Amino acid sequence: MDYSGIFTYMYSEIALIGVIVAALLYDLAAGEKGRRFFHHAVCVLMLLFIAGTVVPYHKETAGIFGGMYIYSPVGSIVKSILAIGTLIVFLQAEPWLRREDTRFKRGEFYVLVLSTLLGMDFMISAGHFMMFFLGLELASVPMACLVAFDKYKGNSAEAGAKYILSALFASGLMLYGISFLYGTTGTLYFEDMPAGLTGSPLQILSLVFFFVGLGFKLSLVPFHLWTADTYQGAPTAVTSYLSVISKGAAAFALMVILVKVFAPMTEYWQLMLYIVIVLSITVANIFAIRQKNLKRFLAFSSISQAGYIMLAVISGTPYGMTSLIFYVLVYMAANLAAFGVIGTIEQHTHGKVSMDDYNGLYSTNPKLAVTMTLALFSLAGIPPFAGFFSKFFIFAAAFEEGFHVLVFIALINTVISLYYYLLVVKAMFINRNDSPVATFRSDGSTRLGLVLCLAGVLALGIVSSIFDGINLYAFGM
Amino acid sequence: MEYTILILLLPFLSFILLGLLGTRLKPSVAGAAGTIVTGAVAILCYWTAFSYFGAGRDASGVFPTLIPWNTVWLPFGGSLHIDLGILLDPISVMMLIVISTVSLMVHIYSFGYMKGERGFQRYYAFLSLFTMSMLGLVLATNIFQMYIFWELVGVSSYLLIGFYYTKKEAVAASKKAFIVTRFADLGFLIGILIYGFYTGTFSFTPDAPALGAAKALLPLALGLMFIGGAGKSAMFPLHIWLPDAMEGPTPVSALIHAATMVVAGVYLVARMFPLFIGYAPEVLHITAYVGAFTALYAAVVACVQSDIKRVLAFSTISQIGFMIVALGVCTSADPHEGGLGYMASMFHLFTHAMFKALLFLGAGCIIHAVHSNEMSAMGGLRKYMPVTHITFLVACLAIAGIWPLSGFFSKDEILAACFRFSPVMGGIMTFIAGLTAFYMFRLYYCIFWGNENKELHAEHRPHEAPYSMTIPLIFLAAVTLFAGWIPFGEFVSSNGQAYHIHIDWTVAGISLCVAAAGIALATWMYLREDRTVADGLAVRFSGLHKAAYHRFYIDEIYQFITHRIIFACISTPVAWFDRHVVDGFMNLLALVTNKVSWLIKGIQSGNVQRYSIWVLGGALGIAIVLLLI
Repeated sequence: MDYSGIFTYMYSEIALIGVIVAALLYDLAAGEKGRRFFHHAVCVLMLLFIAGTVVPYHKETAGIFGGMYIYSPVGSIVKSILAIGTLIVFLQAEPWLRREDTRFKRGEFYVLVLSTLLGMDFMISAGHFMMFFLGLELASVPMACLVAFDKYKGNSAEAGAKYILSALFASGLMLYGISFLYGTTGTLYFEDMPAGLTGSPLQILSLVFFFVGLGFKLSLVPFHLWTADTYQGAPTAVTSYLSVISKGAAAFALMVILVKVFAPMTEYWQLMLYIVIVLSITVANIFAIRQKNLKRFLAFSSISQAGYIMLAVISGTPYGMTSLIFYVLVYMAANLAAFGVIGTIEQHTHGKVSMDDYNGLYSTNPKLAVTMTLALFSLAGIPPFAGFFSKFFIFAAAFEEGFHVLVFIALINTVISLYYYLLVVKAMFINRNDSPVATFRSDGSTRLGLVLCLAGVLALGIVSSIFDGINLYAFGM
Repeated sequence: MEYTILILLLPFLSFILLGLLGTRLKPSVAGAAGTIVTGAVAILCYWTAFSYFGAGRDASGVFPTLIPWNTVWLPFGGSLHIDLGILLDPISVMMLIVISTVSLMVHIYSFGYMKGERGFQRYYAFLSLFTMSMLGLVLATNIFQMYIFWELVGVSSYLLIGFYYTKKEAVAASKKAFIVTRFADLGFLIGILIYGFYTGTFSFTPDAPALGAAKALLPLALGLMFIGGAGKSAMFPLHIWLPDAMEGPTPVSALIHAATMVVAGVYLVARMFPLFIGYAPEVLHITAYVGAFTALYAAVVACVQSDIKRVLAFSTISQIGFMIVALGVCTSADPHEGGLGYMASMFHLFTHAMFKALLFLGAGCIIHAVHSNEMSAMGGLRKYMPVTHITFLVACLAIAGIWPLSGFFSKDEILAACFRFSPVMGGIMTFIAGLTAFYMFRLYYCIFWGNENKELHAEHRPHEAPYSMTIPLIFLAAVTLFAGWIPFGEFVSSNGQAYHIHIDWTVAGISLCVAAAGIALATWMYLREDRTVADGLAVRFSGLHKAAYHRFYIDEIYQFITHRIIFACISTPVAWFDRHVVDGFMNLLALVTNKVSWLIKGIQSGNVQRYSIWVLGGALGIAIVLLLI
């Protein structure tokens, strides 16, 4: 067997493993003094990693390990986006990691996060269902540890337990579905699978069960129920990672598999997605308007955002793929900004995350309030912020494929979503508060993270070359 | 010449910096930063002009059109795409000089004029924004980029007119300016879209097949574009915003509402000139009639206004009318064969920018000294303000068209072009030139001579303005004195070939006589302390005087149309539909959402076993739906 392809095509994963090993060794070897620079070291390593892999090296798709692993330029773009998001999460996690009770285990945080990232990378590049499943599990199991990172806090432990139990259940169903697929087609290679797919009842069942596994990751209705509890209980940095990076990877993998592997069953999965999109967007919105806790609120917001992302998947076109990646990128900027603000306020006020606590925030912390507002505007899709453009492209992708009613339903839901996003803005700017959050100055690392996100919110939509750049690679899907 | 990108980037950076730092900067630091950046931009512009014209003509005898920098911003598929870039050709380079010079003068002048004002930093930030937008407008490589900067210019004008936002009149004026020009811009946008759709490009110079395909609709597209230009350049009947825009700080009036932004419409027509001449000459002639009527109307109104800035505002409208007329009377692209007007219009744009900026800045000094815009508060100021007096006189002579000041040369070319088009047009424009001389000298005498308001002046003695204000006056006066001798035709002409200006002394003689008559009449009526003649005329023709003073009730007509017809007959029913039907639907949506939310909140129980049942149940439910279909 020829192994020369490993280094030419798997460079991203190998470099990431290098970063993980380096972080692990640093954690073991560094003394008390050296640990003070752990954060900087990891961020620099990530920066080098991103700089080295951000532009795809190869313009063609190639399979190695006999087709178990498939390199594609568009997948490489997604990996870069996820890595950038991870770096921002690291920046925003810093004040939390510096605290007394988490300082000693910060090495674990980095290694666990990077392990899930590695899992997602493998999931994105999988060419075989077993490879895909391994990647998915590598992304899930360390995630449970992360959710329960503040393990002496009841909330966090409960969230971890709920996450791992739900994940196990979803994975079980998914494996069950995959076994049906193997039984009916005799193969697990993505490449060979379409030839054996006929749309028989058993295969429909396996499609749905397979979908449950990714639907869980994306927290689509009705597989979403763990989301709010987990998002609320997990440390904020983990929640933001969970809501953005994990979802982005799953959405991309889902689109690739549905379009490439389940191509003969397109009408079935389109109908399935149709149902799930309508449910996700609507149900999530209905729940979101009731939330008083901002992390729960953003949990439901992220469910409805996942529903919007599925609009790109349902189109099944290269243009849809571009819109999906662009949407993930924009969503990442906005959501990380929102969670960044929530996280820093939580740090400085000993855990205030209720919407009432945000009353009058503008008068004491105007910059944070404005950042939050812009992030929410982008999430709601108000022009000229990036969210407007990404929603526009997604809607256009689905509309062009004839899903007119679906797009209309999604449009009505954006109006509803505007209501609850503006509730937060109203709290910050208009509501009065006798004891608002005291004025504070957040640390440099958090601010850098927020500035990066804000730059994304403001610039991604205007600088059209980004969309075009992604588009260039997406046609190689 | 890639460095030309700095011409846009520098003021943009200055705007961002001043805007973000705001009051954290000391006013003098903010002002100095803005001025230094503008100075650097001016140097860059001069250098660009020097190297552009210095590089000489190409083999075909024209200055080449350069695009030193261009990027595709928004591709639409096919040949249609919006570019952002920089285009250098004779008129854009000429505009660079005008804008950067006047902008620099206004920056320096504002140091004195705006001293101690609240929002000094904000003022300089907006000036930078305006400078960037205006430079971007003239440097645009395509019509859509021009439109983008066109709107940016509109926004900065809005912000600066409403600079004193605590003053009710200023707020109303800024809204009026924005709404009227936006309304006109709608025509511009539709014109652009028609143009882009049928020619398949936003470029100023589409290739022949594309133009052939769009031939039938080009006159419409160009006509609509002219409506946008008419809005910005305050052509009748879209001129109503400009007099009110004088509520802004006076240096702003000099920069935006006299020298640069208001001539954007002229620039637009000049930019599209090859298409106008080639495909829509009749539309071009319509613009000439619009311009001529506007020039006459504004000149008549200017004769009776009492607010000195309003007189200057109407004078600006009238002079822009001259420029539009000059473009409109062109009948071919050859300057020797009826294309003279193009060069004349651009020449007048150049000279007018300088002396009108000078007039406004001079008016600013006067207002600064007596704290009023009304002529009744002035009179006899020549004793107190010698520098302002002399420079103002230079500008008045220039706008009246007296040899050897710059206005004489450019106005003479315009009149020559008009006479070539038709003697009637030439006659009318000569008459307006006479009126111009009359109302400008009426203004001059009422400010500096005549009946002094001694009571007011005793209470608050007028004084000459500080150096930061008088130096720009002296500089602009020097330019006004000598700009006429620039061989303008060597640089700018309708077909790009060198054109040697030769003065037609018959036309020049007539116009000089008319101007002298206008000045003489004004001298006779207004020089003396008592104004029996002027007052007597005002009483005898009281109807006409009153109508002209109220600007022939155009504003009232607008009020009537908007309030009585549009608001009452269209807006009110639409508002009812919006309130009851559209909002009703939204309220229904909210009600349903709320009710459903109560009904299903039990699902989110927090019990993880239940969650799994929902997952399994959901999966099986979907599977059943798929199987049944």
